[in-house]
Order: sequence, then structure tokens, then C-alpha cells
Amino acid sequence: MLASARGLTKTFGDFVAVDGIDVEVRRGEAFGFLGPNGAGKSSTMRMIGCVSPATGGELRIFGQDPAVDGPAIRARLGSCPQADMLDEELTVQENLWIYGRYFGLTKAQTRKRATELLDFAQLTDRRGDKVEPLSGGMKRRLTIARSLINNPELLLLDEPTTGLDPQARHILWDRLFRLKRQGVTLIITTHYMDEAEQLCDRLVVMDHGRIVAEGSPRDLITRYSTREVVELRFDTDDHSDHIDAVTGVAAASRVELLPDRLLVYTDDGDATSADLHARGVIPLSTLVRRSTLEDVFLHLTGRTLVD
Amino acid sequence: MSSSTVQSTATTTAPGGGGRAGRGGHGIREPLSWLERIRAVVGYFLTVYRRTWRGSIIGRFASPLFFLLAMGLGLGSLVDAKAGGVGGLSYLHFVVPAIVATQSMWVAMGESTYQVMGYFKWNKMYAAMLATPLRVADILTGHLLTVVFHLATATTIFVAVAAEFGGFAGWGALWCIPIGVLTGLAFAVPVFAYTASQQTEDGYNILFRMVVSPLMLFSGTFFPIAQLPVWLQPIAWATPLWHGVELARGAATGVVSSPVAAWVHVAALLAFVGIGWVLALRLFTRRLVA
Repeated sequence: MLASARGLTKTFGDFVAVDGIDVEVRRGEAFGFLGPNGAGKSSTMRMIGCVSPATGGELRIFGQDPAVDGPAIRARLGSCPQADMLDEELTVQENLWIYGRYFGLTKAQTRKRATELLDFAQLTDRRGDKVEPLSGGMKRRLTIARSLINNPELLLLDEPTTGLDPQARHILWDRLFRLKRQGVTLIITTHYMDEAEQLCDRLVVMDHGRIVAEGSPRDLITRYSTREVVELRFDTDDHSDHIDAVTGVAAASRVELLPDRLLVYTDDGDATSADLHARGVIPLSTLVRRSTLEDVFLHLTGRTLVD
Repeated sequence: MSSSTVQSTATTTAPGGGGRAGRGGHGIREPLSWLERIRAVVGYFLTVYRRTWRGSIIGRFASPLFFLLAMGLGLGSLVDAKAGGVGGLSYLHFVVPAIVATQSMWVAMGESTYQVMGYFKWNKMYAAMLATPLRVADILTGHLLTVVFHLATATTIFVAVAAEFGGFAGWGALWCIPIGVLTGLAFAVPVFAYTASQQTEDGYNILFRMVVSPLMLFSGTFFPIAQLPVWLQPIAWATPLWHGVELARGAATGVVSSPVAAWVHVAALLAFVGIGWVLALRLFTRRLVA
């Protein structure tokens, strides 16, 4: 067990950010915290990263207590916070060189490691450039490269692809897969269900500081959703007008109302669509898709992940 | 290919081994010594300085020249002609040591206001450092040592330039360098603490207008505080600048009222540094470790 929490709590004044969570992360896995903004993911991450003391409960990283051995734990982990925290006035490689020294690496070790990591982060040809003009994806890759300077066993990634364009996200995911294959344990927070499905072996779904479900992405979908979903958009200001017409349609088990569409949860999307057609229900558009973690979250909390 | 290079580091370094190589591997790592931690922090700030030193050095040379021109040739010739100097000293010799202390205050203010705010808020370098084995006290110590370096550079240049143009009467002027550093530090450390308590830079307006500028005028820099109304004089005693000014002037001119007074000045400056340190450590911790 690389990290474990029991009854972990974080409060800021009266506000309970993390409300007694239990988590266990195993060596070598990619573990996710999925939840909307404000669910307590970042607070949890900061406690695991030993930069924020827990208010209550028990936390162990590498078997050590962050309250006692914070610096020793931090020496062995890498941390990518939501904000990049780079010195944009310095060059790409200077940012790496400086960081290696914080971990007590010698100058030679740092330079060698920086060269490897620039290659890994696909930034070798920008190594002598200032950070400031780099794209968001490059800065994020540099932040990840920097967090690997000490060859960490555990890498913490807080919202690693938030604000990046789709291409930059895919490059980043590819790099994270490589790290995982090399045996680095990843802990990732995200409010993107596709990211969680892509990257995580196991995850917990968080809402209002609590864990509402735990399992592999596949498990969670099987447990909390149906095989397929039919998304219906109608020409209306209020989709609730159409709930009655859709309720009880073939193969469907339930209907969720969103502001801009109805989601019909079904074991057979085509059968459901055909039955809707037979009933004379004519939406503007019909989309049959597989269930995702977004559906799990919606089912568990009644809300969508992104706003 | 790139992945194999990263992998190779993991396997070629001895995991968990003692010594420096152990820090590159997995498992428990040898903790950094205090000196290593401080050097790493100072290393960052000096890297930043390497990028900006040209601009700052020009200012360091220019500022004593401006003061000598204005105070020595301008105001000084008038005071010397009309009043025969101040307390038996030429006005230039009276004012230059005090300006060393005053300019040290300005350098300290420059290094401990917007600069420090930037490391909290803008590039978040303090937070980035805390994600490593470094602790808050390391960051504070390392950054303040960098400030000492800036104060020492600025003061040394000032004293050298002023000496070249006849600003001092003798070798006692060399005392102005450590005194200037100590005076600057008596501002920098408490202002580090103040900055840590501020969310925006709005407070600096008040700090500069209501504290720093009046201090420059009323701490005995340009005229002895005996010229002030009696009720104002105790206020000067409570400010670090007056102690620095008195100390620098006494050391440079050899005109010291008593050795005890000199030690009281040193003690007062050290108290500002010490109390400032306690506050700064507490406020930095509160801000960074939430």
C-alpha cells in the first residue's frame, strides 16, 4: 500500500472541504479522484502531497505520517499542482536545474536528469527558451517534467489537463501512460470523465467532500448505470414537458432530465429508439451512446460533472 | 525511446542507498542537511539575479552620485556657509553616513515588498519550493540571505563611490557597510512578515507614504532629531532607521556620545530583526501551509 487515508478530514473554519474519506492507493496503479469543482479533490491532494496538514483522521504515505515526516515523504513524491508554478522569466532548463537542487541532487545529477526529462516532455528544442511564451500544453509538460526530477515513486497530478486543447491533452495522456508503464504510481484528480476512464485503474467519485462510490471505471458504470444511453433533444424550452412521453419506453430503466436534453438509460439503445419512434415521439436529435462515468456521477449525485 | 531513458535512471541508481546517489533512486532518501537546503534556495534567487543584475548595478552606482551632488554641492555648501556645518562636521560628512543607512532601508523595502508578494502570488515559487523536502524556515532563511547579499552589494558600492568623492572623513566609513546591512535587515525581515499578511499590494501605498518616506525625513538623516519638537523625538527612537543613522554616523565620524549608546542602537536593530523573524516565520507558515 503506497498511500492510505482513514477518516481523513480537512476543514477551513466552518467549511468542511474533505469530510472523513477512506482511500487506499496501491503501488503501481493509477488512482483517480473524480468529482466536480469544489468536491474536495484538491484539498485531498494537498494533504497527500504533504503541503497541507490534515484536520482529522489518519493519513499514511509510504507508511509515514505527513505530520511527522513531511519533508522525507516529499523527497519521494512528485507533485503537479493545478497552477503550473513555473518561473516564466527563466528558461525551460533552468526551471528543471533549480528544482533538482531542492531535492539535494548534485549539479551533475540534475543536469543529466533534466536532459532526459526534456526529451520525455518533448521540450528538448525549447530548452534554452524562456518559459513565458510557451503554450499551455508545453508549460504543463514542463511542470510534469519538473515533478519527475527526483525520480518519484508517486506522482500527484491535480487536474492535469484542465485548460488544454484536445491535442495537448492527448500528448499529455500518452506521457502519463508511459510513466505508469514504468511503474510510477499516479494519483490524479479530474472533473473530466473521459480522462478518468482513460487513465485510471481505480477511482473514487467525490461530491461535497465525501466519497460516493469507488471502483474501476468499468465496475462503476456496470454498477450504477445501464449499458447504453439515448440522448434526446427536443424543440422546447423545458425538457420536462417530454418526460411523460418517454417514460416506460422499451428496454429503458430510467430517465434523467438535464436543462438541454433527456437521458434515457437503457440496455438496448436501438430498441429504445425504435420504440420511441413507434410511439410518435419525434425529438430534434437522437444520440445512442455507451454509458460513461458522467452518467455514474449524474446518477449518484443528480448533477453533472462540469458546472 | 524517451521512456527508456527515464527508466534507465530508475534502474542505474541504487535504490534506497545512502549517500547522494540514493536521492536519485527509490525508497527512503538521505535527508538534506541545513546547508544543502539553504544553498538550494539561495541558488534559485541568485539565478533570478543573474538575469537582472545589470539594471540593478547601474542604479547602485548612480544613487550615491545623485545624493553627493544634491547634498554635498547643493545643500551642503549652503549649510556650511551659513551655519558652519553641523556639530563641528561639514554637512557632507554629517549626511553621507546617514544616507548609507537610509538607502539601505530603500533597498530592503524594494526586496521585501513587491518581490516577496510575487513569489507568493504571481509565480508561486514559494509554494513550488514547499512541494519538495524544503521547509518554510529554509525558504525564509534562503531568501533573507539573498536580501543580505543585495544589501551588502548596494552598501559597499555606495560607500566606495561616496568615499571616492570625499563623502567620508576616514576609514571609519567601512563600518557603514555592516551597519547598513543590519539597518536594511531591520526593515526587510518585518516587511517580509507584513507582506505575508497582505493579499494585495494595496497596503504598500500606506507603508511607503506613511512609514518609509516620513522615516527618511525624521530619523536624523538630514538634520539632528534635536531640531524636532520634543514630543516627536521619542517616535524616532522607536524606528530602526534612527538607530541605523546614529550608528553609521558615529562610526564614520568617530563622534560617539557613548559606547553604551552604540550598543543600544545595535540591540534595537537586532530586536527588529529577531521579532520580525518570529512574525515572518509564523505568517509565512500560515499563508503557505493552509
